[in-house]
Amino acid sequence: MRKASILLLLLMLITTLAQAQTSDAAMADGLRANGKIYVVVLVLATIFAGIIAFLVYLDRKIKKLENKK
Amino acid sequence: MRQMWWKVLCVLMLAYTVVGGFLMPVPRLNIVNETIRNLYFHVPMWFAMILLFTGSFIYSIKYLHSGDLVHDIYSAEFTKTGILFSLLGMITGMEWAKFTWGEFWSNDPKQLGTAMSMLIYFAYLVLRNGLKDEEKRAKISAVYNIFAYALMIPLIWVLPRMVDSLHPGNGGNPGFNSYDLDSDMRKVFYPAVIGWFLLGLWMATLKIRVALLQHKDDNSFQFDTEKQ
Repeated sequence: MRKASILLLLLMLITTLAQAQTSDAAMADGLRANGKIYVVVLVLATIFAGIIAFLVYLDRKIKKLENKK
Repeated sequence: MRQMWWKVLCVLMLAYTVVGGFLMPVPRLNIVNETIRNLYFHVPMWFAMILLFTGSFIYSIKYLHSGDLVHDIYSAEFTKTGILFSLLGMITGMEWAKFTWGEFWSNDPKQLGTAMSMLIYFAYLVLRNGLKDEEKRAKISAVYNIFAYALMIPLIWVLPRMVDSLHPGNGGNPGFNSYDLDSDMRKVFYPAVIGWFLLGLWMATLKIRVALLQHKDDNSFQFDTEKQ
């Protein structure tokens, strides 16, 4: 009885997983959701990271110059 | 260069760009959907890069005319900042392409032309690092920089427009008019371009000021040893 119920549970799990996979065909992954607005967020975050990298680079350069004096 | 007003203008323009860029109405198009808003962020990167490379080009000519090392510093720092903007433009473009064209890299003529132009400018950095003598480095890199700029124009502006491209405004169509750049988008796009232009200029002038200080520092050391 127990064995059968576990088997049933496993079977249900597999079928739900399979169903989830088939319904996933539209590939609605995160960045494509909500009219792809998160792509714009990603792009802006990239530019922000670039500006921060520039600041860190400049900071180190100025520190080198200060230490020389 | 050290005046304040244009930096305030830059911050105001960019603040408007970020807020307006996300909230102002845009045309409803298939496939691009909301990513059309990247026009305010991805495209001005290239505009800023072209502005910075143009500044660098002008100072290279000035250096060859005057032989003043300060002009060489201006030219080099403009180019370095321009390269940063080209990297940002390339990465943002690839991110955008992944979710609209399907691939990060689809060998689009404009992507290829830009990549070639970027490699030419990377070689400029290698060239500068490879030469130790200041005068020689300044002269050779000025000549190379003029060559790089002269190649960038056909690689980015001319060749991609002569063939079919995934980019809008290519394949025979000039400019953005073909891309539904309606009056709503213009209201954000033009301030965005000005804002990113000024930010590029600001970053370049900061780098120039540091480099000039370094240059002065190195030379004062030389004068000290000469005195002894």
